[in-house]
Amino acid sequence: MSDPGRLWVFLAASPLFWLTATLAAYAVADWLSQKAQRNPLVNPVLIAVLLLAVLLTLTRTPYEAYFEGAQFVHFLLGPATVALAVPLHSNWATVRKALAPIFAALVAGACTAVVSAVGIAWSFGAPFDVLASLAPKSVTAAIAMGISQGIGGNPALTATLVISTGVLGAIMVTPLMNAMGLTDYRARGFAAGVASHGIGTARAFQVDPVAGTFAGIALGLNGLLTALIVPVIIGWLRS
Amino acid sequence: MLHAILILLGCQLIGEMLARGLGLPVPGPVIGMALLFAALQVRVRLKPAAADITTIPLGAVASFLLANLSLLFVPAGTGIIRQIDILTSNGPGLIIALVGSTALTLIVTALVFVAVARRTDAKSGSGNTT
Repeated sequence: MSDPGRLWVFLAASPLFWLTATLAAYAVADWLSQKAQRNPLVNPVLIAVLLLAVLLTLTRTPYEAYFEGAQFVHFLLGPATVALAVPLHSNWATVRKALAPIFAALVAGACTAVVSAVGIAWSFGAPFDVLASLAPKSVTAAIAMGISQGIGGNPALTATLVISTGVLGAIMVTPLMNAMGLTDYRARGFAAGVASHGIGTARAFQVDPVAGTFAGIALGLNGLLTALIVPVIIGWLRS
Repeated sequence: MLHAILILLGCQLIGEMLARGLGLPVPGPVIGMALLFAALQVRVRLKPAAADITTIPLGAVASFLLANLSLLFVPAGTGIIRQIDILTSNGPGLIIALVGSTALTLIVTALVFVAVARRTDAKSGSGNTT
């Protein structure tokens, strides 16, 4: 392995390299976020994705080769979703008292997310397949991609729109709620979970454990409700 | 630690099997979360003296995963490099739709939550005193 070119050929094809690169990019991003005292603009997902996108572009690595390594991190999304049961259990006394606001806010938020996204993009003349890909953008990627596929969207585009929505929500939620003078961490967390799924939930856990718990509930419930309402709304658009 | 990981994966696996088997519109991990939550509730009912969840390995593994939840979205997020063409060809409309809809959803959800909570919190408060 004296030839650096051959060493790179080995590394670029190795899952180990891209797994390590993913963790390293996130470690840098998280360190920056900490340095910025968790300022919402310094979003760790956004920074890590930008670092990796630059690295993949410079090394002309196809996304598929990158994902060979990164899939081990991606896989943990499932167990992490199951793990949301733990804070839900710990904070159940608080959650139980808020069931009425939870369901009212869920219905209002889920409908707003779908109708406003599709309405704005439609008014800009976006084609049907883009509208269908955009409609489920506020729910967690696995559900959103399934919905998108079922209604004639492009699941890969949906995945990108879902992540973008997550990052946008995580950046906007704190300044927006502060500007509105909203201090109820249940409401702030729940809004973050409805509007921006797991990335909003990650942000909510950074701020406050109760906010994180309510965001986790919102993520699960909104996935269910959006799967039910999107086909109906897209059906109206078609007719 | 081993048991904690086994419990998380086991709940996810049962969740996936239920989702596929019954054709439910909910993904397996969300059903897994509901199953684990139910199991934890049953655990404290049956054994009120059981150790607090935050002190057992399951609690430690769960809080480790959730503390690093942002990391887990990085591989999917990096997929944006494959979508640059569609994103730029639909340019401003798509960006305005994402920003506008996300802001609107945050505002509507939080306001409805607070408005309803004000009523129910007041009601349960007076229920406690009377």
